[in-house]
This record gives sequence, C-alpha cells and structure tokens, in this order.
Amino acid sequence: MALYSEKVMDHFRHPRNVGVIEEADGVGEVGNAVCGDIMKIYLKIEDGIVSDVKFETFGCGSAIASSSMATELIKGKPLSEVLQLTNKAVAEALDGLPAHKLHCSVLAEEAIRAAVKDYYDRQGIAYDPKDFPDCGSCAGCHG
Amino acid sequence: MIYADNAATTKMSGAAINAITACMQDTWGNPSSLYSLGQRAKEALEDARERIAACIGASPKEITFTSGGSEADNQAIRSAALLGARKGKRHIISTAFEHHAVLHTLKGLEGEGFEVELLPVGTLGTVTAQQVSEAIREDTALVTVMYANNEIGSVLPVSEIGAVCRERGVIFHTDAVQAAGHLPIDVKAQNIGLLSLSAHKFHGPKGIGALYARQGVPLTNLIEGGAQERGKRAGTENVPAIAGMAAALEESCSHMAENAARVSALRDKLISGLSRIPHSALNGDPVNRLPGNVNFCFEGIEGESLLLLLDDRGICASSGSACTSGSLDPSHVLLSIGRPHEVAHGSLRLSLCEENTEADIDAILKAVPEIVNYLRNMSPLWKDKVSGKRAFVL
Repeated sequence: MALYSEKVMDHFRHPRNVGVIEEADGVGEVGNAVCGDIMKIYLKIEDGIVSDVKFETFGCGSAIASSSMATELIKGKPLSEVLQLTNKAVAEALDGLPAHKLHCSVLAEEAIRAAVKDYYDRQGIAYDPKDFPDCGSCAGCHG
Repeated sequence: MIYADNAATTKMSGAAINAITACMQDTWGNPSSLYSLGQRAKEALEDARERIAACIGASPKEITFTSGGSEADNQAIRSAALLGARKGKRHIISTAFEHHAVLHTLKGLEGEGFEVELLPVGTLGTVTAQQVSEAIREDTALVTVMYANNEIGSVLPVSEIGAVCRERGVIFHTDAVQAAGHLPIDVKAQNIGLLSLSAHKFHGPKGIGALYARQGVPLTNLIEGGAQERGKRAGTENVPAIAGMAAALEESCSHMAENAARVSALRDKLISGLSRIPHSALNGDPVNRLPGNVNFCFEGIEGESLLLLLDDRGICASSGSACTSGSLDPSHVLLSIGRPHEVAHGSLRLSLCEENTEADIDAILKAVPEIVNYLRNMSPLWKDKVSGKRAFVL
C-alpha cells in the first residue's frame, strides 16, 4: 500500500487555495521550523462567513494536503461551523492519514483556529478562550 | 525512471543474478551435507569466500558471512567490546555520524557498562587520525569509524586511522558498507581489524553481507546454533546470495577505477548545477567524497514534499527530513555537521551509480530547481526569510 491515499496525493499535487490574501481579516500561523512544519491561514470574513481562504505551508506532503483540505472544508462556512472543524474531520476527508502524520491534520485545525482568533481580536469580538487552547508542545503529536 | 538512490540499495547486476540462479538450480544442497550435492554447495560457498576475501586483501578464513551490514556491525563491535572487557578495557571510540547499526549497538554497550566516546565530525563531516589518536586511552577496547558516510558521502581517512590504531594496539573496525565495491580496500595495508560490508550496496542481493575479522581477533556469536562459519554464525548458509555477492563484488572491483571516474564526473556536474539554487548548500566533504554521493540542503522547504514531487517525475531520491526518517528529529548525520533542524528538514540525497547517464543528470537539474521554487513559493518560512522577518541560514 502506498504511504498516502489518492485523496492526499491529489491535494498534495494540486493544492486548493494556495496563496496569500493581502487584506485578510484574520491570519493564523502555527508550527515551527525546528519541527519541520509551519502552516499559515488567511481568512476573508463577510457577514460572519468565510468568503475566502488561502494557505501557505512549509512541510511534508500530508501537511500540504491537510492545509488544502482544511481550506476546502471551511470555505463559505459561518465561523460558528468553522470552529467545529476537527483534525479528525480533516484526516477523514483525506481518506485517512498514516498514524505518524496525524499531527499534520492537528496543525491544520490549529492554524484555522488561530486565524479565527486573530479575526476576533482585530474586531474586538468577545470569545471563550477555551475555544482556543494552546496546544503547547509539538512532541505530543510528533514522534 | 531515474534511479538516484544507490546509497539505499542498488539494482542487482546481471552477473549476480546469473550466479544466484545457477546456484539455486544446480548447487542447492546444504553445504554441511556429506554427499556430493552438498559438497558442491560447499565448494560454491568456499569459492565465494575466496573471491570476496581477494577483493579486500583478506584471506578466506577471515571472512564470515552475515545477513548484511547491520549484523556485521553488531557482531564486530560486540566481539571487540567483549574482548576488551576481558582485559578490563571498556572504552570505545566512534564518531557522531555512524550508521544506526553502529550507534545503537554502542548505546546498548553503554547500558552494559562501556564508556562510548563519539568524536565530533566538524562541518565537513569527517574525523582526523589525530582526533582518534588523542582519544585513545589505556583502556580503549575499540575504535569504530565508518569508511564513508552513507548520507553525506564523506570518505574518512581510514588508512591513517588504521595506522594510529595499530601503533597504539587498539582494534579498529570500519563500517565499509558504502565503500565496498566503490573504493579500494586493502585490510592488511590499511591495518583494519574488523570490517563490515553489505552486498546490496554494490549490485548484489539484499539480506547478505560479510564481516572480515583479522586472524587473531576472535568473534563472539550473535546467533547460536550449528557449526556453520567455523561456529561463529549459526544457520545454514544462504549459498545463492553469497555466490551473488561474490559475483557482484568481483565485478564492481574489477571496474572500480573506470566506474569511479565516470560516476564522479556525473556527481560533480550535479553538484555544480544544484549549487546554483540560491540558499542551498552541499553537505559532506567536497573533496574526499564517495563517487556517487550528492547531498544538499535547500532552505525554506521540507524534504518529503520534494521527494514526492521528484517521484512524480520518475526520479527516486531520499532525504534526511524528520518526515522521511519517521522520527521527531531530522537526520543525526546532518545535525552532526552542524546543520540546524530547519535546514536539515530540507535535505536531498541523490546517489548515483555507473548506470546513470548525462541525460539523467540533465533531467534532475531541470526538476530539482523547479520543485524547490514551487515549494518555496508556498512556504511561509521562505517568505519570512525573503522579507527579512527571519534570517537566512544558508
């Protein structure tokens, strides 16, 4: 069996929504160079809905595919739904990820949350900090 | 397909395949059996042993067949350690960038009361005989230093290290898995006490290797059982694979100089082409280098993505990124030469052989810069470096 599903390879080879939104309403960046993956998500929000989303990723095949899939899953969705997105949903939409690559889907979820939080902060919108937990160390997902 | 991962494994040569099939068809008896079918297998076994010994300047009785390079490394190191311990010597010298077959064996010995000293390999990825000499103590049981590094291709001054070890009366083991069949080896002239080699790195079959142990260096068994291999490695010998290894090694050694000239020319063309990629760096010793090894770090990208996109273009290569090593950290070899984590994640190893062509190199030199650019364009890390938010490392 191949390392990755066809779905992962499709999103890796043809990533959706790659790029930058210059006038983004919210930007989230997670991961670090030492671990070998960084994801950055740009959101455009209109009437509480994700009207546009772009990503940039430094990372392996599944990191790029996870970012791509996550942007597809939230595009056009209200923020209330966006915050419901789990890493599990990203991994399932990709027809699964190898166990040691699940952290890539976690990173995608975290990047989107970080971007929404940035949007809330910029707009002065109150939120429950529990919705935006700090994942802490990378070692929990890696290794 | 362009196969540029010959340090991982090589395609079997026609000579090896022929030797293996002939052995499977005609000399398939058990070499320990008395009847002529068995004795013919025994002859094939001993013939292979003689030929392999001749390729490295050893005598046949100094060659023990193993399941490969890892087993040979394990047995060599454990044997020398045990021998030292009997004389109260429990200090072992090695280097920080050995293969895991060596490093993990040494780790095990540390748990058993040995003191292991790993010499730093500097930014070029090598050690000097002087470093070894300065590290040797009264209680040093073994010096184990690889002949050439499997990832970054540095060729180490094995002859000089051998001379130092001989002078100081310390057993010298070298993991020659990447060197055998590619670089000249003369165990006597180089004062090598123990040497490991693996057939599939020189167009032989997988799952077979050899351990050279100089006469007078007793081996300790890893596998107990029958009296095969003079009682030092139990289990019925894999005669076809051994015959294939002998054929492959002989062929590689008889064409060594011409292969090295051809392959190193391709290597140098590849190195000079890849050097044009901005913020890239060659890893390993640029001068004392395996003929087929090219290893680069490209800043701002991750190696696994690069490998997958190269694979899409039919190019087989490898990387030292954490994602390809299956662990949290990138390659210990790249870290040992001082590459920071973020750069080590973006490494690419291309390892060539005499079957590669100029056209292969041209195709690689077209593909790699395009893919590196493509990945950099979607990398927030790269963007931060370009904008000055983060500093370039390379």
